[in-house]
Amino acid sequence: MNECQQVEPVVRGSAQNAHSVVVRFAGDSGDGMQVAGSQVAVTSALMGNDIATFPDFPAEIRAPKGTPAGVSGFQVHFASSDVLTPGDQVDVLVAMNPAALKVNLDAVKPHGTIIVDVDAFDRKGLRLAKYENNPIEDGSLGEYQVVEAPITSQTRAAVAEAGVGHKIATRCRNFFAMGIVYWLYGRDLDATIRFIDTRFSEEVAQADKLALTSGWNFGETTEAFERSYVVPPAKPKPGTYRNVTGNEALAFGLVTAAYLSGKELFYSAYPITPASDILHKLSRFSECGVRTFQAEDEIAAICSAIGASFGGALGVTGSSGPGIALKTEALGYAVMLELPLVVINVQRGGPSTGLPTKVEQADLFQAVMGRNGEAPMPVLAASGPSDCFETVIEAWRIATKLMTPVMVLSDAFTANGAEPWNYPDIRTLEPISIDHPKAMTHGEPFMPYERDEWLARPWALPGTEGLTHRIGGIEKQNGSGAISYDPQNHETMVNLRAQKVKNARDLMTSLEMEGERSGELLIVSWGGMRGTCREAVKRARGEGKSVSHIHLRHLNPFPKDLGDLLRDFKQVIVAELNSGQLLQLLRAEYLVDASGLNKVRGQPFRIDDIAAQIDTSLEEKN
Amino acid sequence: MSVVEKSQPNFASDQEVRWCPGCGDFAILSQMKKIMPTLGVKPENVAFVSGIGCSSRFPYYLETYGMHGIHGRAPAIATGLKRMRPDLQVWVVTGDGDALSIGCTHLLHALRRNVDIKILLFNNRIYGLTKGQFSPTTPPGLVTSSTPGGTAHEPLHPLSIALASNATFVARSVDTNARHLGDVLRRAAAHRGAAFVEIYQNCHIFNDGAFDHAKDAAVREDHTVELVHGQPLVFGKERNKGIRLVGTDLEVVELDNGRSAGDLLVHDEASQTSAIAQMLAGMEHPRMPEVLGVLRDIDLPTHNDLMPDDTVSVAARADKINQLLETGETWTVGG
Repeated sequence: MNECQQVEPVVRGSAQNAHSVVVRFAGDSGDGMQVAGSQVAVTSALMGNDIATFPDFPAEIRAPKGTPAGVSGFQVHFASSDVLTPGDQVDVLVAMNPAALKVNLDAVKPHGTIIVDVDAFDRKGLRLAKYENNPIEDGSLGEYQVVEAPITSQTRAAVAEAGVGHKIATRCRNFFAMGIVYWLYGRDLDATIRFIDTRFSEEVAQADKLALTSGWNFGETTEAFERSYVVPPAKPKPGTYRNVTGNEALAFGLVTAAYLSGKELFYSAYPITPASDILHKLSRFSECGVRTFQAEDEIAAICSAIGASFGGALGVTGSSGPGIALKTEALGYAVMLELPLVVINVQRGGPSTGLPTKVEQADLFQAVMGRNGEAPMPVLAASGPSDCFETVIEAWRIATKLMTPVMVLSDAFTANGAEPWNYPDIRTLEPISIDHPKAMTHGEPFMPYERDEWLARPWALPGTEGLTHRIGGIEKQNGSGAISYDPQNHETMVNLRAQKVKNARDLMTSLEMEGERSGELLIVSWGGMRGTCREAVKRARGEGKSVSHIHLRHLNPFPKDLGDLLRDFKQVIVAELNSGQLLQLLRAEYLVDASGLNKVRGQPFRIDDIAAQIDTSLEEKN
Repeated sequence: MSVVEKSQPNFASDQEVRWCPGCGDFAILSQMKKIMPTLGVKPENVAFVSGIGCSSRFPYYLETYGMHGIHGRAPAIATGLKRMRPDLQVWVVTGDGDALSIGCTHLLHALRRNVDIKILLFNNRIYGLTKGQFSPTTPPGLVTSSTPGGTAHEPLHPLSIALASNATFVARSVDTNARHLGDVLRRAAAHRGAAFVEIYQNCHIFNDGAFDHAKDAAVREDHTVELVHGQPLVFGKERNKGIRLVGTDLEVVELDNGRSAGDLLVHDEASQTSAIAQMLAGMEHPRMPEVLGVLRDIDLPTHNDLMPDDTVSVAARADKINQLLETGETWTVGG
């Protein structure tokens, strides 16, 4: 662990203070842009800045080189105060080729800085990007500060002494580009040098370090930049921090939930973007009671998890929308069995294959309603990368208390984005207590569908004497668990299963609120859009506007106090990355005249999107 | 066998058995109830998992732990259960539609992984519960509810598929052949790894007589060969016929026609390759007699054997998890 609060930013003569900076690295899928961005993020976090990141990459592993289709980007926001989002617009764009410039130019702030690899702006590069004229020369970038850096040629020259081949020398370009950014914002090189040393062979590591320092020197010695900047440390809550992505936090949360409940974790999945990282991560945690299973398909993934839960394990399956669609029948089965199960959906753009690597929140209906028959289950959504940890632990708490499958929603933005996380000592977390019925040796019949005060049935474990019983997807007699086609019993069971899920309301923490609990305008958000909406509302309130914000973690059932809260605002705007799914659910449940702010472009909201809506709504009132 | 008699009620549940009177499933259930008490395993340490179909009601009728699954998915459910509960004896009961049509993938993968479960495929060559459509094992030409002009396609052969999946135990028996079925079930129970048993099962409502050649006491010895490890393949009511390997094919020879048992193929269920077993599986009535008994029984590591098993105790886990959280770059913000 590093005690890093003492690290002083490297200050240059003409350095100027900056409060908040957004940098985006963009290049080909193979250009190492994700590494560049995440290294800036880690470095900035170690220097005491708050950070948020936004990787944006194509579904193809190596799309045609040099074309707009193959552009991969990684955006990082670091600041000396609270960072709630990866940032709307970028201060600095690093474009490794013309296609990267073309795809990302819209994201650059007016008068922002664009660092281009001029070596890549040759005839071939321009043709692949479908530029008729060279944008660097034709005056179309007039409003930006363009830094023409010969990144490719300078990198090759710089790494020559490492003796690596031409191909590897070219691959070091990302480190040269990072070096420029590190100089520009006084970033400390140590963490990245540590990273290089542990990640690469000695020869390649030497080349990478040469490229990095040459990039730094390029920034310092050329007069391409007017000045460099210092971003002073933020003042976060005391504690020990690390960066965490949403998928990492889900994996950590699951292994912790297993520990807190004294269980072993069975995580079963079929490879799918953007959920696969959960499987990768957990497959390395076998020491901590984790059993992973890469199943033959999505259906086997959930069915094996159900089998594991029947055996007394923490059964979990994770996927994304198309995979969840395949699991649908088994989800209904789990509802019928009344076994605890956690199902994770890292949402992506849909329908069908849709936009595999892009963000969308359009699987809410699927989560809440997408099963045959009356098959309700609790649905929770994580509000950001680190919140995935707590959300999935809460899901397991609810699943075991109520004996029900629970759906946890994340999304591509949350899954791949990173933020600093003040991680806990897991020994300090509240245990999850589970009572399994004890052996019965006197021959009295065991009642597998007898219900406790929460309406949950007992979780009797195979191997327990006197509790042998059969469960299945066919309707059961309440209490005895015998097959039953009795009309009255079926209705009773439908109602019991519904009421049991509603009882989850009594297990929830109260709504977390920004602003007053009544007033002119309420912004409602869910899932990964918490930070964006919270920031927009905070800014508007700072300008004296009457607006509040609530963020929902619980999407089924809704929190108890939600209806009253919605009715206490004159206007309610539901902001979500779909065509209005939470909006419809809220209108149906509470008969409130809410309206939607919707975006389905495979991209998150910008703070400006929310701010503009706040202004419009408040103007309409006047 | 007084012990068996005494223990028998332990494995019968109180549920009313709801198969059609005369169904082959009754005979299989009866054998299962008879052998379970002889296996030395307590009812609470046994789990039956099934899919959907007539056969898949099986778990309800046994006083063990049980899961009536969804269509075709029993091997997947059982895989998760066995992974987390290696102490349980796990059986899967499935049918020809359940295992070879909607759930074929799961069957193949449970077998190739050698999950330590016992899979019983009740093959009646028809969909019974949905009223008589052709199944993946229906022979061509059979008129069914959905093929009024006769079924068009060649069937799948369950044993061939099991062998192709590198199943470590593959056997076949017949619902009403009590002695034989009992022996095969006991062998399956004793096998360590995935055991696959095809059971010819008569559906007398929708496909009556599908297996008369293997069931009818008057003719069955002439149409089936009972495999015995290390013994030549001899069959026939008079024990006067055998199976010989000629080139790359099998042929029936008459023993009293100048041939002796020494010319015949000798069964080796432990053969590491499944080539001969595949030939045996391919013997089809009426061209050839059909084989009954254990085609293959080999020992390979099970799914659980092959997976990491380094979990520390719950008490020791806290430190390990805390270490995981601290992996990589961390920093402390002072108070």
